[in-house]
Amino acid sequence: MEPRVGVFVCHCGTNIAGVVDVARVAEAARTWANVVHAEDYKFMCSDPGQAMVKQAILRHKIDRVVVAACSPRMHEATFRKACAEAGLNPYLFEMANIREHCSWVHEDKQAATLKAIDIVRMAVAKARLLEPLETRSVKVEPKALVVGGGVAGIQAALNLANAGIKVVMVERQQSIGGRMAQLDKTFPTLDCSACILTPKMVQVAQHPNVTLYTCAEVEEVSGYVGNFDVTIRRKATYVDPDVCTACGICLEKCPKKTTSEFEEGLTTRKAVYRLFPQAVPGKPVVDRESCTYFVNGKCKVCERFCEPKAFRWDDTDKVVHERVGAILVATGYDLYDASALGQWGYGRFPDVITGIEFERLNNATGPTGGRILKKDGTEPKSVAILHCVGSRDRNYKEYCSRVCCMYSLKFAHLLREKTAATVWNFYIDMRCFGKGYEEFYNRLLHEGVKFVRGKAAYVTDQPANDDEKGRLVVSAEATTLGEVLRVPVDMVILASAVTPQPDAPAVARRFGMSLSPDGFFMEKHPKLEPFSTATDGVYLAGACQGPKDIPDAVAHGAAAASTAMALISRGEVEVEAATAQVTEGACSGCKVCQDICPYAAIGFDGPKKVATINPSLCKGCGTCVATCPSSAIVGRHFTDQQVLAQISALFAG
Amino acid sequence: MSDRFEPVIAVLCCNWCTYAGADLAGTARMKYAPNVRLLRVMCSGRIDPAFVLRAFAEGADGVLIAGCHPGDCHYINGNLKTMRRFPQLKTMLAQFGIEPARVRLEWISASEGDVFVKVANEMTGQVRALGPLNWKVRAAVEPVSGLAEHHAG
Repeated sequence: MEPRVGVFVCHCGTNIAGVVDVARVAEAARTWANVVHAEDYKFMCSDPGQAMVKQAILRHKIDRVVVAACSPRMHEATFRKACAEAGLNPYLFEMANIREHCSWVHEDKQAATLKAIDIVRMAVAKARLLEPLETRSVKVEPKALVVGGGVAGIQAALNLANAGIKVVMVERQQSIGGRMAQLDKTFPTLDCSACILTPKMVQVAQHPNVTLYTCAEVEEVSGYVGNFDVTIRRKATYVDPDVCTACGICLEKCPKKTTSEFEEGLTTRKAVYRLFPQAVPGKPVVDRESCTYFVNGKCKVCERFCEPKAFRWDDTDKVVHERVGAILVATGYDLYDASALGQWGYGRFPDVITGIEFERLNNATGPTGGRILKKDGTEPKSVAILHCVGSRDRNYKEYCSRVCCMYSLKFAHLLREKTAATVWNFYIDMRCFGKGYEEFYNRLLHEGVKFVRGKAAYVTDQPANDDEKGRLVVSAEATTLGEVLRVPVDMVILASAVTPQPDAPAVARRFGMSLSPDGFFMEKHPKLEPFSTATDGVYLAGACQGPKDIPDAVAHGAAAASTAMALISRGEVEVEAATAQVTEGACSGCKVCQDICPYAAIGFDGPKKVATINPSLCKGCGTCVATCPSSAIVGRHFTDQQVLAQISALFAG
Repeated sequence: MSDRFEPVIAVLCCNWCTYAGADLAGTARMKYAPNVRLLRVMCSGRIDPAFVLRAFAEGADGVLIAGCHPGDCHYINGNLKTMRRFPQLKTMLAQFGIEPARVRLEWISASEGDVFVKVANEMTGQVRALGPLNWKVRAAVEPVSGLAEHHAG
């Protein structure tokens, strides 16, 4: 029976119709073989638009549908569903992208219309040859993996666990808590960061549905939505957590000191350590890199004092395998290396510090016990806070880091509260967009803080007059005054840019994600699905997707969790129907395809001497199809005939 | 419209990177030459050299093959197969007398809308300078087209 094709051309308001003559596209379509119906409509994706498609399917006995509208990445699922509702197999649908690939990128209306006609003709040529495919479902493993134990990951894990879903949380460091654990006060409410975070850390660690692996990393991920196989490496910690009582005597007795990463290098920690006093889990671990026993072969002082005998010097890395239905990536962010930004003097002048260092200085458990001191131990009489260090700057990071304005205001407030210092803020724009943020800014305007609208150009120790001698001088153009200022201060705080984690590209690869131009993980849709990725079943939580403050990171984590929850509670998921299939009669049994398949989905039937494809493992990439020297493999939904027909149609105009 | 030669360039690309990159160019309303026509397959590894031959045989003036950057393939390593096939394809096309600039392999990620635009414009310019391929007129078309038909089974 000859196929009966229906063509539906969308105006998308003026998005398409403003450039492409949609009526002419529909008119052209009516003249092509097998096209029994063609019409255009304002919004094909709207309810009436979909109803139009469904009615036409029934009225004109259409058995192949082409919608010429936006990208299939946008609405293919919508129209497949509409087809199914009208009783048509959803794979008998083909989308022609005349928006993203045509009306939005071309200005010449004549050329764009001709191109749109070509695009639709290609789609019709493929549609004629489409075959119904059977959608298959697989069970979803009712378990989720959360990668990263910062506040976003913690929130996601708690939401999932509270919904009764088993959660595996993997954290690279000794403790969960992430960046938020390093902060002192939080803007704009000024509540203490640890006070609101640590209860959540404890909750997640003690939750009966959560398995927490710290000092661990995800090494490998295979499988697909609903059934991911994850390999986790748990690094040797040399302390048996089941025996250790976390008494902390080893932390006191260990003679070896090394730089504390948690304190941003402002002080030291021991070779046996916990990341910070409220660390969760609280059991210390041995840092093999700095431990005297591992470096020199002798010491073990810690062991002598350890009453429960918890040290295990022969401990080795353990590899754990987990099967999970969904993966939530919450790997957080890093900060721009301020020493690479020479003009602001970090690394050259000891009293030029970063924002995160200031957080530690101000913290009661920090290196100075919460006193804001210069490196010489005295209190600063004046402090400059430089906004946008590395952010909003084409030389470094073009984007806004979103948190710096607010924490700079917070620093100013804390400085005014704790010291007698004069505080200067050098800013480009004051971005106070969140709930209570603008109000906080207004409050600061009345606290005697000096605001200079102008980005600081450099920090120098070269005095131009007696007043500047022995001090740090910040030079900036005050754009509201139209003059260049030189402000001598005792301490400079750099609000350095929020950046992607240095290993983001490798992590993206491991989980099948992409990176945005800014280097953060790319979301499925910037507005409607900022918590999903292009890989089904892999979700994003927190600042790994882009700079976020705490409320946004928490909301993002919860959103990712609810999306994963929807998948898991549905219990099953449709898998790729467009898999490859062997035509046994044509297969010569050469096995070339077996080596080519990235998923080891191709087996061999010995007695028949033909290749076999496991449809559960096949992802439908089609690499074997292009490779088979006998054309014995059919790549369903992208068959040779279909693609070649599209190519021929392109030149049939 | 002037009498300027307007080449037709067939773009055979993968769904996950280059197609999405072209989508991004659209979303960002970047403008480029209307001479390119995209044909989507799931992975650049699916691109059979016969597709390229068919495109030239049917009237393409240029063919762009595009996929994810090496290491970023949605299907682990399908694009590496494309990378390996490409030099052989190029050699074969040269033997047919097709100028090297008419066929190109590019890695364009989902975030590289600007790269897609650049490549589309560049290739349009280069192929325009070469003039029409006119394969049907210029060469014995039967063997090429016949090969493609055979391959289609």
